[in-house]
Amino acid sequence: MGTLVEVRDLKKYFNTPRGQLHAVDNVNMKFEEGTTMGVVGESGCGKSTLARTIIHLHEPTKGQILYQGQDVTYPTRKELPALREKMQIIFQDPYMTLNPRYTVEDTLKEPLVLSGEYKAGHALDKQISKLMDMVGISKRLRMAYPHELSGGRRQRVGIGRSLAMNPKFIACDEPVSALDVSIQAQIINLLMDLQEEYKLTYMFVTHDMSVVRHISHNISVMYLGQLVETSPSKELFDKPLHPYTKALISAIPSTDIDHPKKRIELKGELMSPVNPKPGCRFLPRCPYATEACRAPQQLEEVLPGHLVSCCRVKEINKDLLQKEGE
Amino acid sequence: MKKNKDFVPSKKNISDEEIKKQSQFKEFIKRLAGNKLALFGGIVFLILCLIAIFADKIAMYDYLEVDIANKYAPISREHLLGTDQYGRDIFSRVIYGGRWSLTLGLASTVLSTFLGIIVGSIAGYFGGVVDNVIMRIIDIVQCLPGILLTICIATVMGNTFGGTIFAMSFGGIWGTARMLRGQILTVRKQEYVEAARATNNSSPRIILKYVLPNSIQPIIINACMGVGGAIMGASSLSFLGLGVQPPLPEWGAMLNDARSVMRYYPNVMIAPLIFISLTVLAVSLFGDGLRDALDPRQID
Amino acid sequence: MADRRTAKKGEELVHVEDLYVEYSAGKKIVHAINGVTFDIRRGEALALVGESGCGKSTIAKAILRILPDYGSRTGGCIEFEGKNLLEIPEKEMEKVRGDKISMVFQDPMTALNPVKKILTQISSVIKLHHPELSKKEAEEQAIKMLERVGITPDRVRDYPHQFSGGQQQRVVVAIGLSCDPDLLLADEPTTALDVTIQAQVLDMMTELIRETNTAMLMITHNLGIVAETCDYVAVLYGGEIVEYGSKREIFKNPSHPYTIGLFGALPDLHGDGDRLKPIAGVMPEPSDLPSGCKFHTRCPYATKECENGPVPVVELGGTHRCQCHNIEAVAKAIQKEA
Repeated sequence: MGTLVEVRDLKKYFNTPRGQLHAVDNVNMKFEEGTTMGVVGESGCGKSTLARTIIHLHEPTKGQILYQGQDVTYPTRKELPALREKMQIIFQDPYMTLNPRYTVEDTLKEPLVLSGEYKAGHALDKQISKLMDMVGISKRLRMAYPHELSGGRRQRVGIGRSLAMNPKFIACDEPVSALDVSIQAQIINLLMDLQEEYKLTYMFVTHDMSVVRHISHNISVMYLGQLVETSPSKELFDKPLHPYTKALISAIPSTDIDHPKKRIELKGELMSPVNPKPGCRFLPRCPYATEACRAPQQLEEVLPGHLVSCCRVKEINKDLLQKEGE
Repeated sequence: MKKNKDFVPSKKNISDEEIKKQSQFKEFIKRLAGNKLALFGGIVFLILCLIAIFADKIAMYDYLEVDIANKYAPISREHLLGTDQYGRDIFSRVIYGGRWSLTLGLASTVLSTFLGIIVGSIAGYFGGVVDNVIMRIIDIVQCLPGILLTICIATVMGNTFGGTIFAMSFGGIWGTARMLRGQILTVRKQEYVEAARATNNSSPRIILKYVLPNSIQPIIINACMGVGGAIMGASSLSFLGLGVQPPLPEWGAMLNDARSVMRYYPNVMIAPLIFISLTVLAVSLFGDGLRDALDPRQID
Repeated sequence: MADRRTAKKGEELVHVEDLYVEYSAGKKIVHAINGVTFDIRRGEALALVGESGCGKSTIAKAILRILPDYGSRTGGCIEFEGKNLLEIPEKEMEKVRGDKISMVFQDPMTALNPVKKILTQISSVIKLHHPELSKKEAEEQAIKMLERVGITPDRVRDYPHQFSGGQQQRVVVAIGLSCDPDLLLADEPTTALDVTIQAQVLDMMTELIRETNTAMLMITHNLGIVAETCDYVAVLYGGEIVEYGSKREIFKNPSHPYTIGLFGALPDLHGDGDRLKPIAGVMPEPSDLPSGCKFHTRCPYATKECENGPVPVVELGGTHRCQCHNIEAVAKAIQKEA
């Protein structure tokens, strides 16, 4: 299977009264068909903006978006609907993502009718039932309004709406963060089952490290609009190389009461993403910062499939990389 | 330790898990009918309308029938509510008055709300330059005294009934537009509007199906309050010699005529007053119910 | 204040017995808390764990008596320093709030007054509880408090919006601890924060509490946070404590099917991408709880017995207790699975 979606040097800037907000800055990412790319980072790191830019809810400032090798960065009005059918999104807040005045049926019917493939009638009815089955909503809830559904069920309806268009690529923007643990597990299982059955490609945006570890094949870590590390999922947790990733992983509260983790404490304050200085954006909080970090950083392949954007990565991880070399 | 031993947990609620629905329109009617106050308002309003429509069957006298000899007659069997300064039967005049007052109040409110919704949704949904231009125009119009504007328009349009309706509605457009724009700005940021874009909805469809239904509530309330205001406003126009002209028995005008003699003949004033209040009350109650019935979240 | 410092760690501070809370929402009656019993001892942290709608925040509000007056009823008792907090007059309760018990809420931005400098906000709280202090003394104490939560003196005259979310929450914690309470109620204090910031705030909170011998009631849905900050755990479901015990007892030997389910539903940081084991169904509405064991509608081990009548609380040794009919059968089934 090849690369389904690729972004090259993607930038998305917003104009604010205080200056240009660099929400996404020079991000490169490849989404392999049928796999999940987890995108993690803390609030304001641009992960949601990146997702919305890729599926064309925002217009990119610069850079390229490729779909099956074709440039789709700036689609024309005619191309956009077909593209949207291929690239869909699942939103975070199940309370806000459904139109309060639409029943479950209305919500699922709309994309089917708008795509032009279904006209009112038996085929449409059947397709709606099929979608409800796929995402596990019982038939009796067909005429329910969003406020009559629990958070988990609402999220299922949201997933059903995205699937209605028969997409290949789905950007999941924190789809489980607003849900309780037991319900969260149901939705994660549903997403993984759907992926297996329909060979879906996911971009899974979240701030929850254990969820992303569970569902992703590859993980990208973002910090203030930039990509700092990309690696296969397991390797990122076993061998985090970037100082930020190390701190992030050490900060996850662990349920293992016998082996309390040693935490890497971060000092200093976040840099503002408005008119940021060149150089590493993690610099004010980084325990390893030197003068060299003030220069722009390059993404570099340190281990096979494991890319890091840090000029001191080899120094910091000397022992670990040496072991790897042997 | 003392304990509240007498605490007995309340009985369980019993709820039916099955969610069955009829068509949305039937649901809407059911919700509306379930609201007793709204039902009351609706029925009162309907009766008022019927009275106005069948005025010639109900009234005992013609509304123009002058009987100077019998002016300011007290309440009696011949004149159920007495007579006014020209000896005209007040009851008959009030009955006929509904024809002008209700039409004027309703039509001008509907017109102003309709125009306000168009202006407001264009400004709110498209934003940017469009929004800026429209809002500045609204700012300028709202700076002018409302009554002055109405008089100007009524003068320009001439003394026709349609002209009066338009003049009355003109002042209401801008408040509605501004209110709706604010609502739309908040609704537009919701994720379901973004989701609608992602599922290939066109802009007009998003406005119609997503944004408007979720921002219309305060507009409905505003409009219902506006009906009473419009009826009263029309009376000031006729007082200035514009709008509905005497001797037509428009409620506001009747109230105006009664003002000078209210200390001696209060019955002259009471009839139109009651009818105006009743209309405002009925429309407000009905509007309240309408707003709730339009919102599926209000069932519980 | 002095007596608290000398008070022994482990001495009972709050004793909640058979607490009931219900309120009416429209035509429905919400059974938020249905007979909850637990203790909090000095210098110890108790975690209330559960999912949304299980009533965990209601317990904190009942202790502070800040439940909405209209339509809410409470029963049972909350004993604090020998008095039932549910029955003392409002005047006395006002002294307890803030002076003896204070609360940290989830969202720092709504807990702080946006138009007042943070120094003024803290010093006014201090002055309220120590009227004998002069304005300057109160401010000095406020600056000391802020320094302890890591806000440097040059920033104390800033407004809340000038701080990041993590700093705001640290200010809120500082306000909560500034009047030196005996009990700190923390309602999801770090849910709105990023992971790295959350770690900072939690570390700071636990450190301060250890230092001042304050008791803490931590309300959270995150089992990781429980493991890192608390000594005892109460698992809530449907307004009842279904399992209670020390951290070790709960984490090493979860016995209630719901607790077991919670751990099973958690994605593992070290395991491989197997399917998660979610708990079937959805949380019942607190206005529409099932009879018998509240969990029987979702429990894979439920029997006829569970559907009706009261559920026994079984002592499992130590502090560990569990409200379930079939503990042994459940334990066997789990062993078999493993």
